[in-house]
Amino acid sequence: MNTLSLNQRAALLSVLLLVVGLLAWELSIPAQKAVEELTEYEILTGAGSAKAGVPPPSQVAIKAWEQLSNPFYDAGPNDKGIGIQIGYSIYRVLTGYALAAAVAIPLGFLIGMSPVAYKALNPFIQVLRPISPLAWMPLALFIIGDSEASAIFVIFICSIWPMLINTAFGVAAVRQDWVNVARTHELGHLKTAFFVILPAAAPTIVTGMRISIGIAWLVIVAAEMLVGGTGIGYYVWNEWNNLDLTSVVFSILMIGVVGMMLDSAFGLLQRTVSYVE
Amino acid sequence: MSKPFLSIENLTQVYPDGQGGDLTVFENANFGVEKGEFVVILGHSGCGKSTIMNILAGLAEPTSGVVKMDGYEVSGPSLDRGVVFQNYSLLPWLSTLKNVTFGVAARHPEWSKAQVVEHSTKYLAMVGLEGDVIHRKPSQLSGGMRQRVSIARAFANHPQLLLLDEPFGALDALTRGTIQDELLKIWSGTQQTVFMITHDIDEAILLADRILLMTNGPFARVAESVEITIPRPRTRTGIVDHPNYYAIRNHLVHFLGERSKELAGQHTDGPNHPTPVRIDKTQATADNEVDTPRPLRAVNS
Repeated sequence: MNTLSLNQRAALLSVLLLVVGLLAWELSIPAQKAVEELTEYEILTGAGSAKAGVPPPSQVAIKAWEQLSNPFYDAGPNDKGIGIQIGYSIYRVLTGYALAAAVAIPLGFLIGMSPVAYKALNPFIQVLRPISPLAWMPLALFIIGDSEASAIFVIFICSIWPMLINTAFGVAAVRQDWVNVARTHELGHLKTAFFVILPAAAPTIVTGMRISIGIAWLVIVAAEMLVGGTGIGYYVWNEWNNLDLTSVVFSILMIGVVGMMLDSAFGLLQRTVSYVE
Repeated sequence: MSKPFLSIENLTQVYPDGQGGDLTVFENANFGVEKGEFVVILGHSGCGKSTIMNILAGLAEPTSGVVKMDGYEVSGPSLDRGVVFQNYSLLPWLSTLKNVTFGVAARHPEWSKAQVVEHSTKYLAMVGLEGDVIHRKPSQLSGGMRQRVSIARAFANHPQLLLLDEPFGALDALTRGTIQDELLKIWSGTQQTVFMITHDIDEAILLADRILLMTNGPFARVAESVEITIPRPRTRTGIVDHPNYYAIRNHLVHFLGERSKELAGQHTDGPNHPTPVRIDKTQATADNEVDTPRPLRAVNS
């Protein structure tokens, strides 16, 4: 064992945990009795009909294979491939998120650079920030009138706060020495902002962006369950209504995988902007 | 008497003391620096040395008084006044070379990129940074190397006045010695006007043409201006053998040890000019003073 590196040992443990977990899951699901084995009473009470139950991992794997081998089929409003559903969700998340970044980062800069703006806007931020993004949904549906745009608005409103607060904090915490370097080199306000303050605050800003994308991905599932139509959240709810728990478990896994990919993309960005003092 | 290149006139700095009152750090300070002169200011912490430095750099505003350079009043920071900060102040996300090119490009916006890089590389080489080292980030450099980068950045811009704010304060004694030699080497090539803060008496004697001595605060004053009568070029080992070295050194030690306290806290109304002090043991008249550095001959100019 000692010849293996830390990573190898960790990987081995991960695989072991996965196998044990899947095995325990597989074994804990009671097999349904075949119709011939049932008593007459059981048949009369309906036990013979296919019963909804939590599926064993083997069934989920089969489902995943089916879905992932043809992810983009479209057979009407209630039967679209998982790829199409996830695509809709990512589109909504990225649109709302991009709008939020376009507002939060410049506004955060302003708040971070101006103590007056910080003090003036802080009470609003503190009241608006803890509101669950879904609480905006009725208002959004009424005012915007379009369910698609409302979902995007909900993503916008939930992802704006971490970015805004982190940008403001990062900008305000830029070391005065670096600003002095810019000043003694006669850099203008715009140049100072782009060449000194932005790179100095970038790690904090990207941390905020990473938190925001995580929250946006959490919220889109719930938002799509409410607005319906398309998206991974709608897909989960639709399969629940169909009592197709295999699809529900499969889509839960897909939500996790996509969330992980979004997070690691921002992790990569975080590494490129980070610096050591 | 014509005005010096850099002239500090009736400079006063008052801060609120946090209890509703005022704290006068220094007041009515007057002194000048000639073109090409290397002037070092010595004084205890809290006497306002750094405040004077920030005012000269244009990073702070004095409560009253003016700083004139070449006859024009200084206001705000400018590329004509380069600063080497104590904590290096390199931008950690840029490579060593880019930390210098950034300054050079700001100074010469009309230069091509190749010109900027060539000029910056030349100045980095002057402080002994060559090869792969210049593509490293500041965090991968030692403290001494970082301060070299900072010095290269300042010299590469040919400012009319170079301000050094305790540039070697955070370095160990050996590194400090090497960089002092490098600083002397670059400086002797450019004849830059330099104004420097330090706590280190030996460093001050090695580098300076003239040392300004500050009394303790509050109401700190630039009390004396001591001429360093040791000819250049100087070396660390050469200056200690010069007959004037210990006389000057003793004078500085006595000032910082005793007189800076005795003279402190005296409120004065008129403008304060430092008393010029010239100690020269090489002249025959001073032969009998070798073992008694005080009383000193204060020659008013």
